[in-house]
Amino acid sequence: MTANDRPPAPAQVEWVKSERQIQRERRQRRMGVRSGALAAASTVVFLLVVGLLVTSSPGWPRVKATFFDWDELTGAFPDVLHGFWLNVRIFLIAEPVILAVGLLVALARGLRNPLFFPLRALAVAYTDVFRGIPTILLVYLVGFGLPALRLQGMPSDPAVLGGLALVLSYGAYVAEVFRAGIDSVHPSQRAAARSLGLGQAKTLRFVVLPQAVRRVVPPLLNDFASLQKDTALVAVLGPLEALRQAQIHSADTFNYTPYLAAAVLFVALTVPMARFTDHLAARAERRRAPGGGR
Amino acid sequence: MTEPLLRAEGVWKNYHGHHVLRGVDLDVAAHEVVCLIGASGSGKSTLLRCVNLLETVDDGAIWLDGAEITDPGADPDRVRRDIGMVFQSYNLFPHMTVLENITLAPVQVYRRKRDEAEQRAMELLKRFGLADKAREYPDRLSGGQQQRVAVVRAMACDPRLLLLDEVTSALDPELVTEVMGIIRELKEGGMTMILATHEMGFARDIADTVCFLDQGVLLERGPAEQIFTEPAEPRTREFLQRVLASRRL
Repeated sequence: MTANDRPPAPAQVEWVKSERQIQRERRQRRMGVRSGALAAASTVVFLLVVGLLVTSSPGWPRVKATFFDWDELTGAFPDVLHGFWLNVRIFLIAEPVILAVGLLVALARGLRNPLFFPLRALAVAYTDVFRGIPTILLVYLVGFGLPALRLQGMPSDPAVLGGLALVLSYGAYVAEVFRAGIDSVHPSQRAAARSLGLGQAKTLRFVVLPQAVRRVVPPLLNDFASLQKDTALVAVLGPLEALRQAQIHSADTFNYTPYLAAAVLFVALTVPMARFTDHLAARAERRRAPGGGR
Repeated sequence: MTEPLLRAEGVWKNYHGHHVLRGVDLDVAAHEVVCLIGASGSGKSTLLRCVNLLETVDDGAIWLDGAEITDPGADPDRVRRDIGMVFQSYNLFPHMTVLENITLAPVQVYRRKRDEAEQRAMELLKRFGLADKAREYPDRLSGGQQQRVAVVRAMACDPRLLLLDEVTSALDPELVTEVMGIIRELKEGGMTMILATHEMGFARDIADTVCFLDQGVLLERGPAEQIFTEPAEPRTREFLQRVLASRRL
């Protein structure tokens, strides 16, 4: 016998909304309006209090003049924006390289064949060392150290060297994220794949990695939001990116408003990314829930 | 007596100093259905996992068709082509549709053409009443449907021996019968199977031979009818009475 020969469902009963339900919904609507009004009122009060506290502080006139100067802002903005384009380019080029490095390192750590022991040891050493070094220190070491070696074909562009430092640093973090994802796939999935005759490599490629990558997308995006702002660390090597442009402008006038312009630009890029991460996480959550769509 | 399809001799398996299998011998002839019964932790699942080389034996040997598969030089991937396995928790691949689950091994391991593999998968799905689920993802199916897909996935590799590890234990009672139904159909098709099961009624009904495992020892083996009506060993009788008392028989 096979399934699907179950007894038929009972005859459909038409649903007419009861008076009780209509009353209940009316009350729910009233309560909804009330909590909305409450939230709005408390937000306004909160903002007023914070605004009053800040503007009534003794140093406020001075802060206002040095950080919120409209003319300074409009004057510096084009240069800062131009510099910011370099940040975006460093980010866009470093990101895929980091993903590749991270995945390769994570895979190298999972190698069990004794032949590959040196690779595995190298991968472990790499993640240990580069996660331990503060990123700004790494930018200095790579940016000033590598060119000093005077090797043939070594890039001398500070933006490239800074990008390389970011790749080394973030590659180690991303490798750990990938590894956590790979480890999170239940061993029974491997057992099932192996029992079908798939070898280790094919098990990894078709069964483990697709599930692992899906799980680590939100934490990876989180790392990328962080990378996106850490491109400003490259400023210490001197390329004309957003922070450096802001420094130049404020050195002219001793006004810090250009920094604010740079900050606004970084926020404008990271906020959409954070919302996108939230969106992905929420979608994954919905999928896990019973009856979730695909 | 012809050569058995599977022969295990003196198989031992230890986990952290605990002996899970203590010198188990087992013969399975072609087209025979063998049920392993015994309490939880008696070694039923471990024995199946050793046969499928998901565990390495600590002593003894297992032969498939006269060739030793526990030989350190044997290629486990090659051996597993002949031995299919179905797990208690289905273990379908959640990121693949039913059809992709079934065709993965035929296409990637056995180098069949994709459309041929899909055609064969559809035949099997149709046979087991699952044709309309081919494009669904596993988490949209009931437990019984998932387990039936898992059986189809194992069968799509045309194994010579099928291992079923408590395949109904995770299912709601009303879904158990549909999985039993397809196992019964496989038996009618002449499939050689070893089942670890807690469903005594089913074991009695489907098994040619029943083996009772007790604390890693294969204590008693015999025709299903004899084991269930007049077991020779007091431990077997005690176990069956206990199970009967919990109304599973």
